[in-house]
Amino acid sequence: MAEIKYTEEHEWIIVEGDVAQIGITVYAQEQLGDVVFVELPAVGAEFTKDDQASVVESVKAAAEVYAPFDGEVVEVNDALEGDPGLVNTEPEGDGWFFKLKVADPSQLEDLLSAEAYKEFVAGLG
Amino acid sequence: MATETFTGHRGLDMDEPLIFEQGAAGMSGVDLPGAGEFEDRLGDAGRESETGLPGLSEPQVVRHYLRLSRNNYAIDAGMYPLGSCTMKHNPRLNEKLARLAGLADLHPLQPLSTVQGALALIDQCADWLKTLTGMDAIAMSPAAGAHGELCGLMTIRAALEAGGDGRAIVLVPESAHGTNPASAHMCGYKVETIPTNGRGRVDFGAFNERLGPDVAAIMITNPNTCGLFEDEIIEIADAAHAAGAYVYCDGANFNAIVGRVRPGDLGIDAMHLNLHKTFSAPHGGGGPGSGPVVLSGALAPFAPVPYVVSADDGYALVESAEASDASPYGRMKGFHGQFGVFVRTLSYMMSMGADGLAQAASDAVLSANYILAGLSDDLTLSYEGPCMHEVLFDDRFLAETEVTTLDFAKAMIDEGVHPMTMYFPLVVHGALLMEPTETESLASLDQYIGMVKSLARRAKQGEVAAFKEAPRLAPRRRLDETTAARNPVLRWLPGDKAAAE
Repeated sequence: MAEIKYTEEHEWIIVEGDVAQIGITVYAQEQLGDVVFVELPAVGAEFTKDDQASVVESVKAAAEVYAPFDGEVVEVNDALEGDPGLVNTEPEGDGWFFKLKVADPSQLEDLLSAEAYKEFVAGLG
Repeated sequence: MATETFTGHRGLDMDEPLIFEQGAAGMSGVDLPGAGEFEDRLGDAGRESETGLPGLSEPQVVRHYLRLSRNNYAIDAGMYPLGSCTMKHNPRLNEKLARLAGLADLHPLQPLSTVQGALALIDQCADWLKTLTGMDAIAMSPAAGAHGELCGLMTIRAALEAGGDGRAIVLVPESAHGTNPASAHMCGYKVETIPTNGRGRVDFGAFNERLGPDVAAIMITNPNTCGLFEDEIIEIADAAHAAGAYVYCDGANFNAIVGRVRPGDLGIDAMHLNLHKTFSAPHGGGGPGSGPVVLSGALAPFAPVPYVVSADDGYALVESAEASDASPYGRMKGFHGQFGVFVRTLSYMMSMGADGLAQAASDAVLSANYILAGLSDDLTLSYEGPCMHEVLFDDRFLAETEVTTLDFAKAMIDEGVHPMTMYFPLVVHGALLMEPTETESLASLDQYIGMVKSLARRAKQGEVAAFKEAPRLAPRRRLDETTAARNPVLRWLPGDKAAAE
């Protein structure tokens, strides 16, 4: 199984071949509370790194999900439309958001390892 | 609702069903004569099914709405410290004047010669607002705050485009109001965020670094949504202007500085005024908003129509670009804006006077600082004071308790006070944002401080269950916000008891 990577924006990324699956972390969904709505990007949309790719709304707040690198959306998780609670129950599994086709593999080197992300979250207090 | 009484009522707290669940079809509060003989000209358009209208007598209807009104919480009923909303007293003088037949019964399409007094009122209201803000022009028509933001940005866009300048970026600090990025996006701009510094204010270094030929404007809120005055505002405005950008100010917090600071002196180019906040018109379900936008000299020529002009033979309205000798970008709204709110606003300004308006702002700031001082030992203050009109705490004081900001707010309902704004702004964790306004007396502030302190003490003493169960004394217990948002029931159907609950 491919290695899981993270960003400081609290997204996780699993790259398989040239396609990356992206969602938000356990920590991110805990901070948001019960998720009630997820706005997913359109399949075929092209993002550059740090573009806003999704919006996730909870009973407390709305937050943006950013493209962690350049790429084209090849698939989105339609299940979130009917059951946004998946983001809370299985944030790093069935609660994934979208898949990006990686445009520039060198950008993947900027992502955090599980260990580095854990340290980053611990530092947030 | 779980209850121990036969009726479902709890003393004077009446359990009231929907009006559609009461009465019986065919019952009526009035006797009407039969239709007599008539020729039916409806053809196929005649209704064949039941109307579904409830049948009730007059006393049933009166009781229904009276009972509902008793379940309503309003500034008229008690303290409403909802941060960033300025829930202040609505003077009854305003209401009396707004109901004068000569003002209340006007029609927007009346000939101008018959509404000269109303136009004079709009003109005078506009003049006072320009004077208080130190600005050159005003667009009176925007319907509320966010509409005013859009109006200000469209004016900025018109001014830039008139100079052939297609700048695409609007900078919004984290300490600005949440509607700002949405307004910029709606106006076709790309939004970039400027971080907050350790003092809860715009990080000037980060802002200055980001400025460039692609930046159309910065949208700043001052005082900001942490309740703090942006003390580098003049440097921010100077830097923005030097880079060819405009400065939009969200004026939602103007109540803190009326009569003390003129935004025009700070280098602001456009700012909306929430007349329904600062100028004491009812809101929050009680009345329409109104969001006029004051404009600097650079933006004045592009202000939208309509606007009132004064000529030798009386007042007139400029309704179109063709009729204007400036360059209005268009129109934001049908007719002239929220005239009824203008009446209340002018009534408020004239009855308070310039000195009274400044006093109200000072009192609002003093009240917030009194709460800051009274609660700083028990709650955790996010940024060092003094604050302006509102004070921001975060949930660090609850860290060891399992009680959340939400639980804390629900417990305030049992104390008979509307909870403060919570979880906003997002720059701190579990925010509690309190704005008492100048409305509250010293006794009221003392009671509020005592109440919050007692709740904080109970949370720290481990009374977690009591907080998780709150509210216990409200007409309804804790609502399931998650299910309500995930599976909203938007329409009541006959026999649908679940929807009524």
